[in-house]
Amino acid sequence: MLKAINAVGEGVAGYLREMGRMFLLLLNTIRWSLYPPFRFDLLFQQMERVGVKSILVVVLTGAFTGMVMGLQTFYATRKFGAETMVGVTVALAMTRELGPVLTSIMVTGRAGSAMAAEIGTMRVTEQIDALFAMAVNPIKYLIVPRVMASIVVVPILTIIADFVGIVGGYFVGVIILRINAGAYVANMEKYVDLDDIYNGLIKAAVFGLILSLVGCYKGFTTTGGAEGVGKATTQSVVLAAVTILMADYILTAVMF
Amino acid sequence: MIEIKGLHKTFGEQKVLDGVALQIDKGRTTVILGGSGVGKSVLLKHIIGLLRPDRGEIRIEGLDITRLEGKDLNEMRKKFGMLFQEAALFDSMTVGANVAFPLREHTKLKEKEIKEIVAQKLEQVGLEGLEEKMPAELSGGMKRRVGLARALSLDPEIVLVDEPTSGLDPVMAEAIEELIIETQRRLGETFVVITHDIHTAFHIGHKIAMLHDGRIVEEGSPKAFRRSSNPVVQAFLARGEEKEV
Repeated sequence: MLKAINAVGEGVAGYLREMGRMFLLLLNTIRWSLYPPFRFDLLFQQMERVGVKSILVVVLTGAFTGMVMGLQTFYATRKFGAETMVGVTVALAMTRELGPVLTSIMVTGRAGSAMAAEIGTMRVTEQIDALFAMAVNPIKYLIVPRVMASIVVVPILTIIADFVGIVGGYFVGVIILRINAGAYVANMEKYVDLDDIYNGLIKAAVFGLILSLVGCYKGFTTTGGAEGVGKATTQSVVLAAVTILMADYILTAVMF
Repeated sequence: MIEIKGLHKTFGEQKVLDGVALQIDKGRTTVILGGSGVGKSVLLKHIIGLLRPDRGEIRIEGLDITRLEGKDLNEMRKKFGMLFQEAALFDSMTVGANVAFPLREHTKLKEKEIKEIVAQKLEQVGLEGLEEKMPAELSGGMKRRVGLARALSLDPEIVLVDEPTSGLDPVMAEAIEELIIETQRRLGETFVVITHDIHTAFHIGHKIAMLHDGRIVEEGSPKAFRRSSNPVVQAFLARGEEKEV
């Protein structure tokens, strides 16, 4: 019993320690992002990698989530004749919750993991030391552009996911299940505020920060060769996903 | 000139450097010789300020690099070129971009001038025209040549070389040694080379220093070093010669 408590305690302490170190990395990242020269070339490069290359997966995720939401809410609301509320439900779920969360989880899998793997490989093959040795700060050169790009790009991807999801819901609700189109859209207009969308986008920006910071941190602190890189990559995905969901709860409690 | 005094470094429980003292002469090649895991790379990383000692100092033309920070440290680092053990080329960039990297980061040269310098540096290491290749397409020996070209691109005063010949076949190793000797002669720069290979040490060193148990236990010209009565040196030399037979 004592052993079990001990193990849990150590686990929690380890998690908190990681969070502390990541927070220090965040402070360093902010500090280095304020000093010129500003590297827009690196920023745009990362925006392409994190953003443009994630569009397809985000569109697919958004579309099927919207469609399945449409289907599920239709079955639920049909029981008391409120089918015209399907559109509102889909739109609110997408903009407040599913859009930002699913987008950032997909981007974590695609781009956050790649950050951990790339920076981790650079660490174990001494490329990070080489940057230091050539008087180039790796935080400024590697981490600042990735974090900035993610903060900008994840909200944009979320807008795409929101839109595609709502279109997917409309497709299932109106075209397949024959809900009245006028009522479907009118209810959506009536009950969805711009604030729902804005708050979702603020969440997305925070999640972008989390996934990139975790990916960069895990890569930057990699030890132990190729095996270490694999470990860092897996850990970065798990840690980022868990942290995003925790942050989601906190942000929801604060904002809505 | 680089002057190392009383350098101590401990990792956790493990004492790696235990009062290293060494003088590295300007314009000469100093080889730091030692077995695997005695802390040669750790010592080298202290010289360029990648690691901080627990105690001790490293004076480079009078300035103690162990106490420099931020901008001053970066200015000091620009005096150095470093060739890492496996070259540490940026594998997301072409060979040309790797060699051009320090120039693009630290000079205001025009793209045309950078291209000319890159071509010249690559020619000097015997790899002319390979600008567009990716590091993954190169052999171990070629990677080190590119690494040397990158280390030399800013015309540094001091060149640090980490195990230049480990993992290379004897012919390739010899070629890299010749390249280091030739480069040092042509540029007259200060070279600090660490190696566990006795043959490499005697081939390229003007001065050889032996690191053992966290200290420099012997130093001198190759001739004097060979005659050393230090039992550690003799054991190391005997083992090396056995291997060559």
